[in-house]
Amino acid sequence: MISDGREIYHDGVVKRLIQFSIIWAVVGMVVGVWLAAQLIWPGLDFGQFWLTFGRIRPLHTNGIIFGFGVSALMATAFYSVQRTSNVPLFMPRLAWICCYGWQVLVLLGGISLLAGWTSTKEYAELEWPFDIVITILWVCFAVVFFGTIATRRIRSIYVSNWFYGALIIVIAMLHIVNNLALPVSINKSYSLFPGAQDAIVQWWYGHNAVGFLLTGGFLGMLYYFLPKQSGQPIWSYRLSVISFWAFTYTYIWAGPHHLHYNSIPEWVQSLAMVMSLILLAPSWATMINGIMTVSKAWRKLSVDPALKFIVLALAFYGLATFEGPMMAIRSVNIVSHFTDWTIGHVHSGALGWNAMITYGTFYYMVPHMMGRELYSVRLANIHFWLALAGTMLYILAMWGAGVSQGLLWLSIDDIGELSYSFNDVMAAMVPYYALRLVAGLIFLAGTVLMAYNLFRTMYGRHTVAVSPPLIIDELQGTVYKEEPREPSSGNAQEVPA
Amino acid sequence: MKYHGVTLHRKLENNIGLLIFGILFISSIGGLVQVLPSIFQESLKTATENSHLYSAVELTGRDVYIREGCHVCHSQQIRPLLAEVERYGPYSRADEFVYDRPFMWGSKRTGPDLHRIGGKYSDDWHRVHLIDPRSVINNSIMPAYPWLAEWEATDLGDIQKKMSVLRILGHPYTDEEIAAAPEEIAGLSQLDALIIYLQVLGTGLAEEYR
Repeated sequence: MISDGREIYHDGVVKRLIQFSIIWAVVGMVVGVWLAAQLIWPGLDFGQFWLTFGRIRPLHTNGIIFGFGVSALMATAFYSVQRTSNVPLFMPRLAWICCYGWQVLVLLGGISLLAGWTSTKEYAELEWPFDIVITILWVCFAVVFFGTIATRRIRSIYVSNWFYGALIIVIAMLHIVNNLALPVSINKSYSLFPGAQDAIVQWWYGHNAVGFLLTGGFLGMLYYFLPKQSGQPIWSYRLSVISFWAFTYTYIWAGPHHLHYNSIPEWVQSLAMVMSLILLAPSWATMINGIMTVSKAWRKLSVDPALKFIVLALAFYGLATFEGPMMAIRSVNIVSHFTDWTIGHVHSGALGWNAMITYGTFYYMVPHMMGRELYSVRLANIHFWLALAGTMLYILAMWGAGVSQGLLWLSIDDIGELSYSFNDVMAAMVPYYALRLVAGLIFLAGTVLMAYNLFRTMYGRHTVAVSPPLIIDELQGTVYKEEPREPSSGNAQEVPA
Repeated sequence: MKYHGVTLHRKLENNIGLLIFGILFISSIGGLVQVLPSIFQESLKTATENSHLYSAVELTGRDVYIREGCHVCHSQQIRPLLAEVERYGPYSRADEFVYDRPFMWGSKRTGPDLHRIGGKYSDDWHRVHLIDPRSVINNSIMPAYPWLAEWEATDLGDIQKKMSVLRILGHPYTDEEIAAAPEEIAGLSQLDALIIYLQVLGTGLAEEYR
């Protein structure tokens, strides 16, 4: 798209995706808080069949992962791929179809979950008609993304795009295989795989949905927005190459650690455990690369809410990718499996890493695209502390609950009898569940503040239009205007001529 | 170039086709070596004396269990650990699940494991518990499901079609069983079907493993 002789990017679709992502974040977290409350007051389903825990729990996970998460991934991928390729989006109309199609899918999919349509497979609960629509929309996403790269005017494909590329390719593979089923009717199908095999395939999918969607995709965000926001090139190009391929290779093997001591072959479990431990290396390589990147810009942290979120996300990424391999050790897993520790682990990733880095990128992108200052830096800072407090309390509550459950369930007294009934252990959970509810409310409050702040930035009358600041690309030694008309972007791997 | 690897990577990152191929190749190795062999492992899909083929009513009850998301809070997988075997019964074996599509092992025990729940409580207990959990366990946090007693088992989809689809997948239903299915579930509530399913859970295990 050419306008008065300057290249401009297709940011309309990015802006809309950000708006949808924020809406899903609020909806998904409200449902999460509600679920937390139901675990204390079971009457909160109000006697309605479609509001029972078993039906709205998948609504929470799907709303967050596919509504909030994937919308944010599409937004940031479309935003960064144009700038790192120095061309506008390939087939922008298809990008719009992708944007609205995805929202309709999440909305109707959510309703179908409330109606009890479910394949039961975690993070793949949507029944077969939705699976087909997901596949089609995913192909659209791939065409726009890879098409933009194919038409790029910068020779090298930037690191962030490798991660977004891996997200698109690997999720497509996992989604198709895991959802293979024979339909009975519009809302019912039977898995092609029986019992133990179904479990292995599901956790190959389930773990790598976490791996390539919630980790790989969001690492794409990290590799683009961290250098942009900190004004520093990626610390080590070579480390990013090594960690990317090691990550892509190793993650796939780790799935069966969700099935330790379950009825699957032991060699599969042991292999998954070993690969999970190895996975610590590429994960921390990325974390170290990120922390070193920001190490020359620490002082920026005190004034820049976007950078704060991104750096804190990096810290939680390091925490979660350490905790994960530890929980994948079979003897640790004896305690942690089936308990709230798993829920805590997931949320240290989902709140601490995924949500935080997404918030950071939103605080970065919205003012940049609108050519305005953020409505309120103060609100963003309050959001930061709410998010941090909410996440920490959540993790602590679930560690307490999970470790207690694991140890109390396993506890056997001197004469070989179980020390505690299931009910005893359940009764002990109440304070932890209450703390978790408070934590969730705090985190949700922060998200609502952000929603207000960003929508005011987008639509408010009192925001000041600012001219894009001058940014110096240290590596290329050139001075250029910030978006929307810079010639290239934080492309740290470009070697100066 | 000093580092050969860097030269190789230049090729990958300058060519989107090569990059896509590289990602696809590298990411499929794990699945091919670790997951694919399991798909061909006969012992994970072959019925033995421990395997139980669900009847029309049990299958209907299982679909109620699935629709209500019971698996979200209840596992069906007893690990071979002393405390677990003591609490729930004999540990789960792979051949007990060859007719489970999808698998119902779960990942979280907000409530107790249900793999060996069959026969532990009376039908009446289940009925009261499902309609009003807190009337039998005062601090239970399970949702109440009173409406299941009013909903017809026949409303849960075409049972004959379900059995025929499962037969394509290898479940050995006979023509007679499929023909008789609608009559078997006629008149039952979804609560009845669910209880019948719960009562058969884990009971297929042969005597020598108990």
